[in-house]
Amino acid sequence: MAHAEHKLEILRGLIKFKSNTQKIWGVLILLSIITAVEVILGIYKPSSLMGHVLGMKALNWIFIILTIVKAYYITWDFMHMRDETANLRRMVVWTAIFLIAYLLFILLQEGDYIESIYSSGYIKHNF
Amino acid sequence: MDTTVVNTGADEKTWGGGNKPLNASYGKMMMWFFIVSDALTFSGFLAAYGFSRFKFIGSWPIADEVFTHVPFLHGQEFPMIYVAFMTFILIMSSVTMVLAVDAGHHMNKAKVTLYMLLTIIGGLIFVGSQAWEWATFIKGDHGAVQTKGGNILQFVDADGHRVKLADFVVAGTHDRVEHERKNGLWFVDEGALPTYTMDEVIAGFESHPDIAIRTQDINEHGHKTVLSRSESLKQLKTNGKKVVEGANLHVNEYGTSLFADFFFFITGFHGFHVFSGVVINIIIFFNVILGTYERRGSYEMVEKVGLYWHFVDLVWVFVFTFFYLV
Repeated sequence: MAHAEHKLEILRGLIKFKSNTQKIWGVLILLSIITAVEVILGIYKPSSLMGHVLGMKALNWIFIILTIVKAYYITWDFMHMRDETANLRRMVVWTAIFLIAYLLFILLQEGDYIESIYSSGYIKHNF
Repeated sequence: MDTTVVNTGADEKTWGGGNKPLNASYGKMMMWFFIVSDALTFSGFLAAYGFSRFKFIGSWPIADEVFTHVPFLHGQEFPMIYVAFMTFILIMSSVTMVLAVDAGHHMNKAKVTLYMLLTIIGGLIFVGSQAWEWATFIKGDHGAVQTKGGNILQFVDADGHRVKLADFVVAGTHDRVEHERKNGLWFVDEGALPTYTMDEVIAGFESHPDIAIRTQDINEHGHKTVLSRSESLKQLKTNGKKVVEGANLHVNEYGTSLFADFFFFITGFHGFHVFSGVVINIIIFFNVILGTYERRGSYEMVEKVGLYWHFVDLVWVFVFTFFYLV
């Protein structure tokens, strides 16, 4: 089967690989490093990262950003999204991101509101 | 048999399915659509988890106090190490999967077979690890007391370390009889009774002056609040209702029962995906051995199940973050 050539650059061309196999191992190393960083931060929980940024602990923002970075490399390199046409990519990624962001916004907003009722309203639940 | 395999009838005619919009074959595009819809299902679950967590933001269990176990190392605490191992296994099996896809592009049957086998083994290790994780979670290890309001009271020593019920409570002879289906309300029974009664826990607590109670509430330092001795005793006597050991869908010793519900539901649904992924991989593995794709002239089927398998890995990355890290 004649297959389209793989794009062999990651990190916007910062790292270039010679073959697809080599790129796979390179991405594995990158994902392992990110996971290791996450686990180390999760175990030690540096107190400097415990301050709140935009309503959430800075450490949690770091975890979420690292997770999205990992998701990007799994989708782009393992699932070969990098080699698909731009329209297929947008069809899948934009749809999912829009709907997920919408749902998250609504549910987290509502959860936050209920929490504020619990903690400052008349409902007593700590018995 | 051979003709159906070699010629799918969709290769030449545009209106016979031979057309490839967006340069993707029919099967591949449908797999992507399935993945989008499945991703939305998982997002629904995780968003619901986020909702409940924001609702109880001040009393949610701290994950690295819950998942501290590693197989064969009893009684020692290694927060997150085992889950990190599971994550690594799943990423590793993703790598072998993508190597199988790559070997398929080169029509290298031997390599596809080897890498598919490794992928299946990785998947089985992951599912096994998850089963072990569930078993440990269900069994619990310290035990706790649930209050009338459904909150969980845990026991700690003077240094703030968790104390097991077994370490300070002496089990007496029980006069409470397990409720069976034949008594009282028809066809209603209860699960096994806990090892200790509330009275025995209170007696044990009174005879050990260095033990205090830890509530669910998280203080400003990010730790669970530990009550003073007198407050602990008062809380235990006035509000303590039943002894909880381990976790199920109704109660759990780690904190709010929603935590266990979401844990079982989300990791269970993900585990089911991994399991079905392994089954599909095994089917494809045997097709590879039988030479089906060799005769078809294309290993695209491996690529399609590969997409599914990577998706399972992708979901785990998020489950790992939101259940164990954040």
